[in-house]
Amino acid sequence: MKKTFALIDLDCANCAAKMERAIAKIDGVNEVTVSFLAQKLVLDADDARFDEIVDAAAAAIRKVDSDCKLKK
Amino acid sequence: MKRFSLSRKQKRNLFRILLAAGLLVVLEVLCLTRVIPEMIWWRLPLFLIPYFVVGYDVLRKSVLGIAHGQLLDENFLMSIATIGALAIGEYPEAVFVMLFYQVGELFQSIAVGKSRQSITDLMEICPETARVERDGAEREVSPEEIAVGEILVVRPGEKIPLDGIVLEGSSALNTASLTGESLPREVAPGDEIVSGCVNGEGFLRVRVTKPFEDSTVSKILELVENSTAAKSRAEGMVTKFARVYTPVVVGLAALIALVPAILHWIDPALLPNPLGMVKTALIFLVVSCPCALVISVPLSYFAGIGGASRRGILIKGANDLEALAAVDTVAFDKTGTLTEGSFRVSTVYPAGISESRLLALAGAAEQHSNHPIARSLAAAAPATEAVAIADLEELPGRGVRALADEKELLVGNAKLLADHKIDLPANLPQAIGTVVYVALGGVFCGMIVVSDRCKPDAAESIRALRALGVRRTVMLSGDREPTARAIAAEVGLDEYRAELLPAGKVAAAEELLAQKQGSFVYVGDGTNDAPVLARADVGIAMGAFGSDAAIEAADVVLMDDSLSRLPVLFKIARKVRRIVLQNIVFAISVKIAFLIFNLFLPNLWLATFADVGVAVLAILNASRGGR
Repeated sequence: MKKTFALIDLDCANCAAKMERAIAKIDGVNEVTVSFLAQKLVLDADDARFDEIVDAAAAAIRKVDSDCKLKK
Repeated sequence: MKRFSLSRKQKRNLFRILLAAGLLVVLEVLCLTRVIPEMIWWRLPLFLIPYFVVGYDVLRKSVLGIAHGQLLDENFLMSIATIGALAIGEYPEAVFVMLFYQVGELFQSIAVGKSRQSITDLMEICPETARVERDGAEREVSPEEIAVGEILVVRPGEKIPLDGIVLEGSSALNTASLTGESLPREVAPGDEIVSGCVNGEGFLRVRVTKPFEDSTVSKILELVENSTAAKSRAEGMVTKFARVYTPVVVGLAALIALVPAILHWIDPALLPNPLGMVKTALIFLVVSCPCALVISVPLSYFAGIGGASRRGILIKGANDLEALAAVDTVAFDKTGTLTEGSFRVSTVYPAGISESRLLALAGAAEQHSNHPIARSLAAAAPATEAVAIADLEELPGRGVRALADEKELLVGNAKLLADHKIDLPANLPQAIGTVVYVALGGVFCGMIVVSDRCKPDAAESIRALRALGVRRTVMLSGDREPTARAIAAEVGLDEYRAELLPAGKVAAAEELLAQKQGSFVYVGDGTNDAPVLARADVGIAMGAFGSDAAIEAADVVLMDDSLSRLPVLFKIARKVRRIVLQNIVFAISVKIAFLIFNLFLPNLWLATFADVGVAVLAILNASRGGR
């Protein structure tokens, strides 16, 4: 399943790149793009565990930048 | 670009920066005028006030960063650099570094916000509500809720919410937001109109032909929404560089700080003042953020995509823009791409009668047929000359036979005339297109050539492409050889391939791909072009008014089907590439020059200026890409 999420207050480009790397490492993620300019996360992951993976991605984002939130 | 205002967060940060800057100036003046003595303990707490005002969030984030194992993030580096500066007694410098860092951050966020705004402006092509006639009354509903076949009412100045056909009223539509074309498009009952256009002065009643999901507006929004998903190679390169650059510079900083200290510890006489190098080390930390690159490169592409979309060109990803800058071979589909895709009478050769009489005869004979050739003949018939037609008979594969003014009228191909034993004159000119012969009363009286016409801007656009350095232009056509040759010659293409089936087009494209030196671009509009559009380095589809499959498969969509957009697009791509290169070279060389310079003349103020200044200049340069 592929879904797009808005990222609120993503304000550094370097962080976006770090988030992307961190999320790509999560088990079950097929493809991920964090676009700093569009302030968006495009996540393609396993259908069966999608919600779980989204939660893990949200945690990874918080870890990189505590101000940035994932809007579901 | 208009209507841009600071967000609440930006306003707050601006206020903090101004407050801290004011405090810093006051403290500096007090220090210089010796109101605050030089060596007194309460100097530090005084300078800490502006330091915390401007930097508290950076400090907080760096603490959280450590907790999360994000050691080398820029907040952490800035905190270490400024705390180090405070530790060696450089109070104003510490505040200044933090202050300027925040100025840079604010600037970035404004520049990025502006760029994003220019793309989201496009989103406003979709109206929130639409007026629909239901149960005899006008209702305002959301466009999603309207079904195909319902009747819309569009008042002057309103946006067209859904694609449809005009039933009543006439108006001039402003299509600028879709096509970048400023000339309004006249519409009258029977015309198809697309959503996203703005209605002019007229009042329109429109029958909806497509549901919201399939309407032009939705398709465009979908394209734009996803346009930033694909990253360019340059972007990838910069991210990789950032990953290496920061740790290396931080490592160097640690060495610069530690090595003298160790030497001092081994033998104090060897290096009497180990603290001197600490400042150089701190400067390394300040310059260690690759922000200028990491932000300006994607921003350049983003600005380019935004700028292109304002000119009626939708680009699906930054990587496409990058490939377009290196364009080498451009291949075109023929019908609908190089030509208008509609048949018209191109030449008339009367024999023994007047030109208008010949057209009138042919038009009258063909007026009831639905064949495209027949329709073009009917459309070309002069309204002033009426011909009475009787006993109309269609002869499949031949043409039509009728009685006109009591004489036998034949309109059709060479076979039709041969069947009726009518000889064609020997000296008829060679013609490109479909030839229609006319005979009246058993006598040949002329021929009419119907053909598809080249787009008026085709030849000029091809010339412009060549001037831009496109090495090879090729036409891939499914049409017959003579027609293909004529069109290729008329628009000035280097080569053409004719009589290609869809699979043949792909094979031809493969061949061109194998021979290319830069990137291979294919321009097409039909469903049969979709495989080639997908196979090409960059596939360009003609028009949101073209086939859905082509738009889906393409990387770039030209909204107004106009070939003159191609040079514009290639110019934008080149400009963006130039800007990206400039920024990469500029930022890296300034940083490296500065790191070397610092070994000899450490100065924190200058370092901060260099770091943030480079970022600001690079961002300003990047936003040029859209203009």
